[in-house]
Amino acid sequence: MSAPLIEVEHLTMRFGGLIAVDDVTFSARPREITAIIGPNGAGKTTVFNCITGFYKPTAGRLTLRADREYLLERMLGHEIGQKAKVARTFQNIRLFPGMTVLENLMVAQHNKLMLASGMTVFGLFGLKSYRDAETAAIEVARRWLERINLVADADRPAGELPYGAQRRLEIARAMCTEPRLLCLDEPAAGLNPRESAELNELLISIRDGDGIGVLLIEHDMSVVMQISDHVVVLDYGRKIAEGPPADVQRDPAVIRAYLGTDEGDPDA
Amino acid sequence: MAYFTQQLINAITLGAIYGLIAIGYTMVYGIIGMINFAHGEVFMIGAFISLIGFMICAMLGIGSGAVAIILVLLVAMTFTAIYGWAIERTAYRPLRGSFKLAPLISAIGVSILLQNYVQLAQGARPKPGGHVVEGGFNLFSADGFDVRVTWLQIVIVVVTVVLMAGFSWLIAATPLGRQQRACEQDMKMASLLGVNVDRTISLTFVMGAALAAVAGAMFLMYYGIIDFFIGFLAGIKAFTAAVLGGIGSLPGAMLGGLLIGLIEVFWAGYFSSEYKDVAVFAILVLVLIFRPTGLLGKPEIEKV
Amino acid sequence: MGPRLQHYLKDAGLTALVAAGLAFFIVGFRTYDIGKGLTFDYQFVDLGIAVVAIFFGRLGLSLAADGHDWPALVLGAALGAVGASPIKLPSTFLHWFVGLAGLLVVLRTIWPWANRGLAAARHSPRGVPVGQAIAKWLGAGLLAVAVVMPMTPLADQKTMDLAVLILTYVMLGWGLNIVVGLAGLLDLGYVAFYAVGAYSYALLSTQFGMSFWSVLPLAGMMAASFGLLLGFPVLRLRGDYLAIVTLGFGEIIRLVLLNWVDLSNGPAGIGSIPGPTLFGAVFAETAPEGSQTFAEMMGIPFSGNQRLIFLYYIILALALVTNFFTQRIRRLPVGRAWEALREDETACKALGINPTNTKLTAFAVGAMFAGFAGSFFAAKQRFISPESFTFIESAIILAIVVLGGMGSQIGVVLAAVLLIGLPEWFRDLGAYRMVAFGLAMVLIMVFRPRGLIAHREPSVRLHPARRAPVHRKGLA
Repeated sequence: MSAPLIEVEHLTMRFGGLIAVDDVTFSARPREITAIIGPNGAGKTTVFNCITGFYKPTAGRLTLRADREYLLERMLGHEIGQKAKVARTFQNIRLFPGMTVLENLMVAQHNKLMLASGMTVFGLFGLKSYRDAETAAIEVARRWLERINLVADADRPAGELPYGAQRRLEIARAMCTEPRLLCLDEPAAGLNPRESAELNELLISIRDGDGIGVLLIEHDMSVVMQISDHVVVLDYGRKIAEGPPADVQRDPAVIRAYLGTDEGDPDA
Repeated sequence: MAYFTQQLINAITLGAIYGLIAIGYTMVYGIIGMINFAHGEVFMIGAFISLIGFMICAMLGIGSGAVAIILVLLVAMTFTAIYGWAIERTAYRPLRGSFKLAPLISAIGVSILLQNYVQLAQGARPKPGGHVVEGGFNLFSADGFDVRVTWLQIVIVVVTVVLMAGFSWLIAATPLGRQQRACEQDMKMASLLGVNVDRTISLTFVMGAALAAVAGAMFLMYYGIIDFFIGFLAGIKAFTAAVLGGIGSLPGAMLGGLLIGLIEVFWAGYFSSEYKDVAVFAILVLVLIFRPTGLLGKPEIEKV
Repeated sequence: MGPRLQHYLKDAGLTALVAAGLAFFIVGFRTYDIGKGLTFDYQFVDLGIAVVAIFFGRLGLSLAADGHDWPALVLGAALGAVGASPIKLPSTFLHWFVGLAGLLVVLRTIWPWANRGLAAARHSPRGVPVGQAIAKWLGAGLLAVAVVMPMTPLADQKTMDLAVLILTYVMLGWGLNIVVGLAGLLDLGYVAFYAVGAYSYALLSTQFGMSFWSVLPLAGMMAASFGLLLGFPVLRLRGDYLAIVTLGFGEIIRLVLLNWVDLSNGPAGIGSIPGPTLFGAVFAETAPEGSQTFAEMMGIPFSGNQRLIFLYYIILALALVTNFFTQRIRRLPVGRAWEALREDETACKALGINPTNTKLTAFAVGAMFAGFAGSFFAAKQRFISPESFTFIESAIILAIVVLGGMGSQIGVVLAAVLLIGLPEWFRDLGAYRMVAFGLAMVLIMVFRPRGLIAHREPSVRLHPARRAPVHRKGLA
C-alpha cells in the first residue's frame, strides 16, 4: 500500500454555534478513489471546502504529501490549486458559461500558460515559445475532449451544453490543471443511468490511467460501491465509520445513520 | 467646550437627515441586495416637492408653523413615494435574474435621468426657500461664545426620532414588517409561503422614498437652498452612513447617519471645510475595505 | 378584443395616473427667480397633454404587445401626426414628446415583423453568420473612413472637433471595456485615471518643459500605478461594493485636485499647456524661439485645421493601439482569466488562478489607457481643471460601454457615435442629452442587457470557424 496523499487530522469547522465538522480524521491515497458519504448535512461539502481553501478550518491539520509537504490550512484559496495541485468540482456546476468549452479547458491551464507567455509580455509580441505552449495546451484540451466525448462541441459556449456534458466538462476542466488530488462533489447527481455508467468509467480511467488520488462525495450508493476503494462515512459532522466499501456497508453505525434510529431523521 | 457643544448640536441635526436617507438604502439592500443608486435623487425630488409645497402653502395663506410643515411633509411623502414605486417597477423589477451588475447600472441610469429631468423642469439655478421655522434660543454662553439651538433643529430631531420609532415598530410588529423580514431571509421561501414578494419589495421602495422625502424637506428647511444636484453628495453620504452602520441593519443606518453627521461637522469645524467630503469618502472606502459588514451588520458566509 | 379592451384602458389609465402623480409638482409648477425670491408658474396644460399622450401611448403599446397590429399602428400614426402637425401645442418639447410616443408605438408594432425578417436573413447561403460578417466588414469600413476622413472636404473645423471628441470617447470606452466588459469589474471612478494622465502631462510640460511624446508613456505608467495603488486594497470586494469604492476614489481624486492648490492650481486649473509636436514642429501660426512651425517645415501655408487634423491622427492612433492591445490580450492567458473571473470567480480560485492579481492587471491596464487619453486631452484642450473630471464623465464612459455591449469593441464605437456624436450634431437637443443617456442605460439593461452588439468571438477555436454564431449567454 502506498503512502497517503492527503492526511486530514482532527478537522473541525464551526459556523457561529454550529459545528459542521467535528474532529474528523482520515486519509486518502494516490491511485485510489476515496468516497466520503453520509446523510444530508453531514458536513461532506464542508470538508471539501476546507481542503480546497474556501473555508479556513477552525482547528485541525490538512497535509498533502507530494514533492514536499503542503499544509493546506495555511494556504490561500488559489494557492491550493496552483501549488499543492488540488482540483475540485462543485455540487452545482460552476463552469464559465459564456466561454466556449475549449476556453474553459484553456483557463484551467492558466498558470502553466501564464509562465509560458512570460507573464503576458512574450505573448503580446507573439514569441514562438508562447505559441508552442499554446498549441500544446490546446492539444491537452483536445485529448480531454476526446475522453469526455465533446470534441464536436469544443467551440460552443459551455452554458449551452446539456447537463450531463457540463458535469463531464467540469471534471475535464479540473483535470486540465494536472492535479495530484481531484475532489468531486456529487458528480453523478442528476445523471441518467447511462451517463452515470460513463462517469464511472471516466473516474476509473482517471484513477488508473492518470494515477492521481480522487476524493468523491456521492449520494448514489451504487456508484460508491462500484468504484470506490475506500469509504469514509460522516454523520452530523463526525466520522462514524471508515474502511473498504463492503465493510462499511455492513457497519451497524452506518446503517443506523442512513436508515435512522427511533429519534433519527428517517428520510436522510 | 461651548464651540464643541455647538458643533455637536449641528452634527446631530445633520446626522438625523442622513439617517433618514440611509434607511432607504439599507432596507432596499436588505431585501433585494442592490445598491439603489438613485435613492439620492429621490431625496432631491422630495426636497423639490417640499419647496413647491411650502410656496403653495404660503400662497394659500398657511404662512408658517406646524400646519404648513405637517401638510408639506404629508404631500412630499406621498408624491415622492410614487417615484420610489415607479422606479422599482420600471427600472429594477424587470432585472431580477439578469446579471449581477445590471440593477446597479440601471440605477445609475435612473439617477442621471432624474437629475437632468429636474434640471430641465425646474432650471439649474439654486432655489432658495423653506424658511418656515425661524428663531431659536441660547442654551448657554461660555468663553464669549453663545451656544444656540434653533427651533428648526428641534423640529428636525423630533420628527426624525418620531419617524424612526414608528418605523421600527412597523418593521418589528406589523404583518408588513414580518413579510419584509421574511423576504430578506429567503425570497423564494417567503413566496412559497404566500408572501406577495413583488408587493413587499414595492412597499419597501415606497417607504424608503417617503423617508427620503422627509429628509429632503428638512434639508430644504435647514439649508434654505436646494438645487438639482444635492442628491448626489447627500446620497453618497447617506450610503456611507448605511455601510458604516452595517448595511441591512435599521439601527445601523441611524447610528451611521449620526456618525457621518458628527464626522462631517467636526472635520469642518476643527480641520478644514474643503476636505470634509474627502473625509466622508475616505471613511466609505476604509469601512468597505476593512469592515464591509459595518458596525452592526451580520457577517455573510460565502456559499460554495 | 372586447373584454380585453377594458383591461387595456384600465392599464393605460393607471399608467397615465402614475405619470400625472410623478410630474404633478415637478412639471406642473415651474419655479423661477424674481430677484427677491422665488415664484412659480403653472404648466398644467402642458402636463395634461403629456399625460394624455402617455395614456394613448401605453394603450398602443399594450395593443401591439398582444398582436393587435392595426389598431396599434393607427394609434401610433395618430400620435405621430399630432406631434408633427402644425397644431400649436404649448411647447416644442411637447411636439417632440407626442411625436416620439407615436414613433415608439409604431416601432413596437413592427418590431416582431422586423425581427422575423432579420432572423431569416441572419444566415447567408454559405452558412456564414451574417452578424459576424457584418461586424468584420463594419470594422474595416469604419477604419477606412476614419483614416481617409480628414483628407476629404468634409473635414471642416466643426467636424474635426467632433471627430476628435468622439475618438477620445472611443478610446476611453475601449479602455474601460477591458475593466468592465472583459474582467467584469464595475469601475465608477474611471475618470480619475483620465485626470491623473491629464494632470501628469499638464504639470510635467508646464513645470519642466517636457514634450508630449516623452510624457505620454509616463502618464500611462502614472495612471497605471494609481490603478494598482487603488486597486490593491479594494479588488477583493464584491462587485457592487467595488463600484461604490471606485466612485469614492474618483471623487477623492477630484476633490484633492480641487483643493490642493499648490499642486494643481485648484479650481482655476492649469492653462497654456503646450500642444503635441511633430518631429519638433509646432502647430501654431508662429513658432517659439529655436523651433519651426509645421507649415514652415512642410512649406505650405498655415491653417488652423492642420493642428486639428494632427490631433485627430494622434487620437486615432492611440485608440487603435488600445483596440489592438485588447484584441491581442483577449487571446492570451491573462485575458482569458479576466473573462473567466467575470463569469465565475469561485471557479477561478478552484483552478488556482489568483483573482486579486488578475483583477489588478485588468484595473491597471484599463487605467493606463485612461492615462494616455488624459494626457492627450490636456494637450488638445491646453487647459484643464477639475471640472472636466466629475462623476458624470465616468458615467458617460460607462454608458458607452454598456450601450455598445460589454466586451464588444465595435459596439463601443457605435455607442460613442450615438451618445457623443448625435447630441453634438443636434445642438438643440443638448439639454435633453443627459436625460436620454440615463434613459438609454435603463432601457438597455431592461431590454438588451448584452448591448447593441452581443456577439462574442471565442478567443481560441478548435475547429476553424464557419459554424453557427456563438452568442454570449450572460455576464453573471
